[in-house]
Amino acid sequence: MSKTILTVDDSRTMRDMLKFSLLNAGYHVHQAEDGVHGLEVLRNVTPDVIITDINMPRLDGFGFIEQVRGDGFYRAVPILVLTTESDAMKKDRARRAGATGWIVKPFDPVKLVEAIRRVAA
Amino acid sequence: MAAIKQTFFQECEEQLCELETGLLAIDDGDTDSETVNAVFRAVHSIKGGAGAFSLEELVQFAHVFESALDHLRAGRLAPSGEVLKTMLRAADMLADLVRAARSDSSVDTASREELANELRAFDPHEPSKGSGQGIQASEDDDPDIAGFEPVPICLDDLGTELHSIQNRFLIHFTPKPGLYAKANETALLMRELSKLGEIQIICDYSHLPLLDELDPEHSYLSWTVELTTVHDETAVRNVFEFVEWDCELDIQELDPEAAPDDEAITALIREMQATVEADLAARSDPQVASVPASAAEPPATAGNPAMSQRGKQEMATAAQATIRVDLDRVDRLINLVGELVINQAVLTQRVFEAGVARASGVATGIDELEQLTREIQDSVMAIRAQPVKSVFQRMPRLVREVAALTGKKVRLVTEGENTEVDKTVIEHLTDPLTHMIRNAIDHGLESPQGRVAAGKPEEGLVRLSALHRSGRIVIEVSDDGAGIDRTTVKAIAAAKGLISPEAALSEEEVDNLIFLPGFSTTSTVSDISGRGVGMDVVRRSIQSLGGRISIRSKPSQGSTFTLSLPLTLAVLDGMVVTVADETLIVPLSAIVETLRPKADKVHGFGGNAMVIAIRDQFVPLIDVGRELGYRAKDTDPCASVVLLVESEGHARNALLVDAILGQRQVVIKSLEANYRHVAGIAAATILGDGRVALILDTDAVVAHWREVATDFEEPLAAAG
Repeated sequence: MSKTILTVDDSRTMRDMLKFSLLNAGYHVHQAEDGVHGLEVLRNVTPDVIITDINMPRLDGFGFIEQVRGDGFYRAVPILVLTTESDAMKKDRARRAGATGWIVKPFDPVKLVEAIRRVAA
Repeated sequence: MAAIKQTFFQECEEQLCELETGLLAIDDGDTDSETVNAVFRAVHSIKGGAGAFSLEELVQFAHVFESALDHLRAGRLAPSGEVLKTMLRAADMLADLVRAARSDSSVDTASREELANELRAFDPHEPSKGSGQGIQASEDDDPDIAGFEPVPICLDDLGTELHSIQNRFLIHFTPKPGLYAKANETALLMRELSKLGEIQIICDYSHLPLLDELDPEHSYLSWTVELTTVHDETAVRNVFEFVEWDCELDIQELDPEAAPDDEAITALIREMQATVEADLAARSDPQVASVPASAAEPPATAGNPAMSQRGKQEMATAAQATIRVDLDRVDRLINLVGELVINQAVLTQRVFEAGVARASGVATGIDELEQLTREIQDSVMAIRAQPVKSVFQRMPRLVREVAALTGKKVRLVTEGENTEVDKTVIEHLTDPLTHMIRNAIDHGLESPQGRVAAGKPEEGLVRLSALHRSGRIVIEVSDDGAGIDRTTVKAIAAAKGLISPEAALSEEEVDNLIFLPGFSTTSTVSDISGRGVGMDVVRRSIQSLGGRISIRSKPSQGSTFTLSLPLTLAVLDGMVVTVADETLIVPLSAIVETLRPKADKVHGFGGNAMVIAIRDQFVPLIDVGRELGYRAKDTDPCASVVLLVESEGHARNALLVDAILGQRQVVIKSLEANYRHVAGIAAATILGDGRVALILDTDAVVAHWREVATDFEEPLAAAG
C-alpha cells in the first residue's frame, strides 16, 4: 500500500515539482496552497507524511505545524519542512514548532524520498 | 519538467506583479505587515523555483534582493522613499533576469552587480559584504547550531562490495520525549542504520515503569547498537540528523580488527539480555522485541517502474475556484455559439415564413430558443472577458523608465482596472497604450522647472482610466501637461506637405493632424516616441479592433486621448438598412440619430457636395450608395433616410441610405479571414434569410468621402 503525502506550498511551481517527484516515487499526493488550506484538506485526508513550506500567506509553515501538533488526531503525523540552505535558524524554529525533519530547497528527488522514508513507517 | 518550467515562468510573472504592486503600496504609505510579507514571499518564491531549474544569475540576484527585503519586513530597514526607489529598480532588474532566463539571453552584468551592491548596503550589520559568491557566502554568517552540518548521504555506496575498511561503531541512543512529540520513530531510525551496514540492536527498557505508572508521552527506552559499516561516522550521525537535539546520542568508533572486542561486546550484550530476561521474569510487562537486523527493503525507490504505474493515480485536490483552459477551445466554443445564433435566426425566419401563427406552440418554442441562445452567447462571451488590469499593470514600470529617461517627474494614476474586455482586445491594447503614455510624458508633460514656472506642481500627472459606456469600453489617457502646441503642429504638418499652408483648420482638426502618417514633432528622432510613425499606427490598430480614437486638448492644461472599443469582437448591435437593393448593417454604436431630410434643410455646397442643416449645424451629406460604388448617380436625399453618425474627433456626418429595415444583433464574420479586406466594409454577417450582409465601416466611408471632397477643395481654392 503506497503512502499518502500532503504537500503544502504557495508556489505553484514547487507544488508541481513535488507532485512530479512524489508520484514518480509511487506516493499518493494531496496538495494545499497555504497553512489555512492545508488544515482544510486535513479534515478530509489522512496523510502518512506532510511536507510543508515555511513562507506562505494566511498561515505560514510554523503556524501550520503548531496547529497540526495541537490536534488530537494528527499530532503524530511526521511533518517535513522545505527550507532554504542558509536557514539554520529556521530549521531550529521549525523543530521547536514540532517539525519532524526537513528537506532543503532546491530539493533532490532522491533526498526527498529518503527524508520521507526516514520519518514514515 | 518542461511543462513545470513553463508553469514556473508563468508564476514568476504573477509574483513579479505582486512584488511591484506591494512595493508601490508601501511607497504610498501602506504599513500593513502582510504587504511587506507578500513582497518578501514573491521574491522568495521566484528564488526557490529558479534554484530548482539552476538559473544561477537569477538565483543570486534574487537572494540578495530577498535578504534586503528580509531586513525590511523584520523592521531592521526603514521603508524610506530612497529605499523603495532602489527596491523598485531591483524589482525591474529581477523581471529582466526572469525574462532573460526564459528567453535564454542575459542581462548586463555590470548594472546587475551595481544594483546588487546597493541592496547589500541595506544590511544593518555588515554594510559591505563584497561581491556575491553564491548562497554559500551568507551561510557562514548564520550561527551553526549544535555544530551540525548537513552532509549529503551518498546512496551509491550502499550495496556495493567495497574493499575499504569496515568500520565498527557502538551507538548509544536515548530519545527524549520531544523526539516522539515530533513524530520521529526509533524503529525508522534503526531501519536507516541497518541500511548502512550490519547492525545488532539491544533495547534497554530497564527504566520502563509499571503499566499504571506509564506515561505514554514520556520516553523510557534506550538502545545500544553495534554497527559494522563501510561508511564513516558522519554517515552514521547523519541518520540522526533530524533528532540530534531530542536525544542523547553517543557514537564510539570501535577498533575494527579487534576480535576480542567483538567478543567483549557480544558478552556485554548477552549480559544485558540476561539482566533483562531476569527482569522480565519478575514482571509481566509486554516484551519489547529488538528490531530485526535486516529490515525489509522499503517499498519504493525513486523511479521504480512497477510502483510508478500503480502510484500514479491522482487524488483530486481541494476544489479550485478557477480553471485553466486552452484558449483555442474557448475560441472554438465562441465560434460555434456564433453559428448557433445565426442558425437560430434563420430558423426563426423560416418558421414564420412558413406561415406558423405567432401565437402557436411552435412560435413560443422558437421564442424560448432565442432567449436560450442569447443567454448561451452572453455566458460564452463572458468567458473571454478579462479585466484590463493585466495591461494596466505594465504601465507603472513604463512610466518610471520614461520619466527617468526624460528627466521628468511623473505620477501615474489608474482607474477602472477591473473593467472587463474581451481577451483579444486586451492583447492589442498594450502597444497603443504604451505609445500614448510615452507620448504623454515625453511631449505632453513639461520639465519639472517648466511646470513650476507655469505654477503647476513639479510632478506631472498621467491618468489612465477604463470604463464601460453605452455598450463600449472607453479608455482614456490624459496628462496635465502643456497640451497640444497647435501652432507648431500646423507648421510641421504644412512643412511635411500633409496640409496646405493656407488651409483653415478648426482646433479639433489641428489636433487630429498628429494622427497623419509621417507626422512627428521632434526634429531629432528621440529614443522614445519621436519616430514619426507613432500616432498613425496607434490609430490604425485601434480601428482594426473596431474602435475609435480621439483627442481633446487645452493649451497649458493638458491633453486627453479617448479610445472607444467594442466590448467584444464577435457580436454587434446593428441597424439593418438597404442601399441600392443591397442590405447593409450599420453598427448602432456609430449612429447618433436617424431622420428623414426635408427639402428646405438640404443645401448644395460647391461641386456635388451637399449638406444638411440639423438644428443649428451644417452636416455633410454622404451618399452611401455612391461611395460604395453601388450607383453612379446621386439619389434624392428627400426620398432617403439619413443616419447621423459620429466618428472619431466627434465629427458628425449624415449618411444617406434608402431605407431602414430594423435593428438586430448580428454575429460578426471576418471578411479578411474568409475573403480579403474591402474598403469601407468592416465585416460581414449572415442574416435570418441566409443572405450575406456587409457591415459598414462608417469611419472609413466618411474618411473616403473627405478625401474626395478635399480633392475638390484644392482646385477650388487654387482657382480663388
